[in-house]
Amino acid sequence: MSKIALEEEGVPVRGFAAAAFTVVLMALLVWLAQASLSDYVVALLAILFLNASLAVSLNFTNGFTGLFSLGHPAFMTIGAYVSAILTYPVARKSTMLSGLPELLAATELPLLPSILIAGVVGALVALVVGFPVLRLRGHYLAVATLGLIVIVQGLATNWDGITRGGSGLSGIPRLANVWWAFGFMVVVIAAAWRIKFSSLGRAMMATRENELAAECTGIDTVRIRMLAFVLGAFFAAIAGALLVHLISVVTPKTYSVLLAFNLVVMVVIGGAGSITGAVIAASAITVLSEALRPIEEAVGLYGLSQVIVALALILVLYFRPQGLFGSGEPAFLRRFFGGNRSGYTA
Amino acid sequence: MSQYFFQQLVNGLSLGSLYALVAIGFSMIYGIVRLINFAHGDLVMIGAFSTLAMITLGVPWPLILVFVLAIGAMAGMVIESVAFRPIRGAPQVTGFIATLAVSIVIQNSALMLLTGQQRNFVFPAFMRQRISLGGVNAALTDLVIIGLTLVLITCLFFIVYRTRLGTAMRATAENLMAARLMGVAVNRTILAAFAIGSALAAVAGLFWGGKFGQIDPLLGFVPGLKAFVACVIGGVGSIGGAMLGGYILGLAEVLFVGLLPQELSGYRDAFVFLLLIVILLVKPSGLFVRHVEDRA
Repeated sequence: MSKIALEEEGVPVRGFAAAAFTVVLMALLVWLAQASLSDYVVALLAILFLNASLAVSLNFTNGFTGLFSLGHPAFMTIGAYVSAILTYPVARKSTMLSGLPELLAATELPLLPSILIAGVVGALVALVVGFPVLRLRGHYLAVATLGLIVIVQGLATNWDGITRGGSGLSGIPRLANVWWAFGFMVVVIAAAWRIKFSSLGRAMMATRENELAAECTGIDTVRIRMLAFVLGAFFAAIAGALLVHLISVVTPKTYSVLLAFNLVVMVVIGGAGSITGAVIAASAITVLSEALRPIEEAVGLYGLSQVIVALALILVLYFRPQGLFGSGEPAFLRRFFGGNRSGYTA
Repeated sequence: MSQYFFQQLVNGLSLGSLYALVAIGFSMIYGIVRLINFAHGDLVMIGAFSTLAMITLGVPWPLILVFVLAIGAMAGMVIESVAFRPIRGAPQVTGFIATLAVSIVIQNSALMLLTGQQRNFVFPAFMRQRISLGGVNAALTDLVIIGLTLVLITCLFFIVYRTRLGTAMRATAENLMAARLMGVAVNRTILAAFAIGSALAAVAGLFWGGKFGQIDPLLGFVPGLKAFVACVIGGVGSIGGAMLGGYILGLAEVLFVGLLPQELSGYRDAFVFLLLIVILLVKPSGLFVRHVEDRA
């Protein structure tokens, strides 16, 4: 794209240089962390990157477009199983996964194509599910997508030949590492940032603010909502896939309703629609709950960190319902990476 | 009537009674403050565990029933005044997230206090016997659940349609602002709705323990979700609809498991939510309600 075209889109070219610079700088930090810190910290870092990606991708629906979806864990589960089955060693497939069709039983793909296929499958499911479900509004959509989690878990538990049922699929090759998580986060944030400050992003936010007004300006709100839902599901499925390639096991309960809640908390605390807010809130909550774990174990009060997270959410809802950053991005980041004030509602 | 069919019917009705008890409170609360209360299911858990505590203390059964009603009502009022009153008037989704948060706080506090292990919950031997009715027999527990639920629902209908408090509730549900202008003490009325709904959910917890024999701190999640489905079937906000929705859901679940082949029975919960999505799309106002707001 030429420079002029980009500036018409509201993204100064300087933004790319700044973004590239930041990515290199952060990559250096990750490299330093990997070289000097323990495996535990590096693993935590990978989880943190994935949580940040998930929170940002949930922003497509819950932030930009104002669709309150809780369906992320459903798409993550789908992505996780698809990718796990594709990368599973052929030699062990016949014993572990007896119900696979010939073609799948004979293939063993590397990580990148597997997670891309996982993402596409997640997106396709979102497309099919979105047709009926996206007609619902507000908390009806929330409960319907919650139901989607239960349905997907039911399928994963009962479809023994393909998923190994309730005991889960273990021995998934550990193909992902902190670099995959980091790279994925960069892609998700870049995509979200570019979309937010494009005409598509403005159409999403217009749909959120006033659907009737948006339609009057010629925005196809049905299409926009579907697009947001499918995009979110695509990234969620990939994140779900990457995570199981880190922990090497997936069960129907790996991604539960509790995860949906925690992701929503990240988005709400960061400010629904704010990419910066989602990244900061996701990092803070990941570190906080990990830091509280030794305390939980010492006093034997398992669940303490979850209570603290939930209470923090209630306090934010009382005292700052718009979250840390409202729906926008902080001014210095916008100057640095490009972008405008869109997302701010007067 | 064959024994098999009768057994399924009793099973479905007693399961339906549990759903109906939870769904009625859910629907009352929604009707008055337009809040999908996800913490409502956790009152089932609170009811079940307070019953267990009282059994251990040796409290006689009729008193346990009364106390459980009282404990449920208290818990409901505390939740309403501490957590939900400050955000009343906020957007619907904010309220919904807040109820999810309250639910997580209750569940995890219970996990910390009681640990996650399953506990046995036993009704007295007298309750567990089977009694025969003209050639067929059924567990007394199920029959008692069905009977007591009918009594409680009758009381509820009396309160809602024949007392000043009930009139105030219906007025508040119709239009909160207008009710306030007419001199209805809105805050007290809402508190009462939470108390009544929560008391019914707590009793459902007592029955839940007796019917399934085991309880744990997370048991409230499923009844909470199913109650929502029951409400949607009957039409959210309507008490009669919630009751019928509960029975329909209970019977449908039992029939689903009883009539379809064995290997499909694991899909029971998935089936319930499929039903939810279909009803929301085809008849979003529910089966028994004519007037509705915009929800689909």
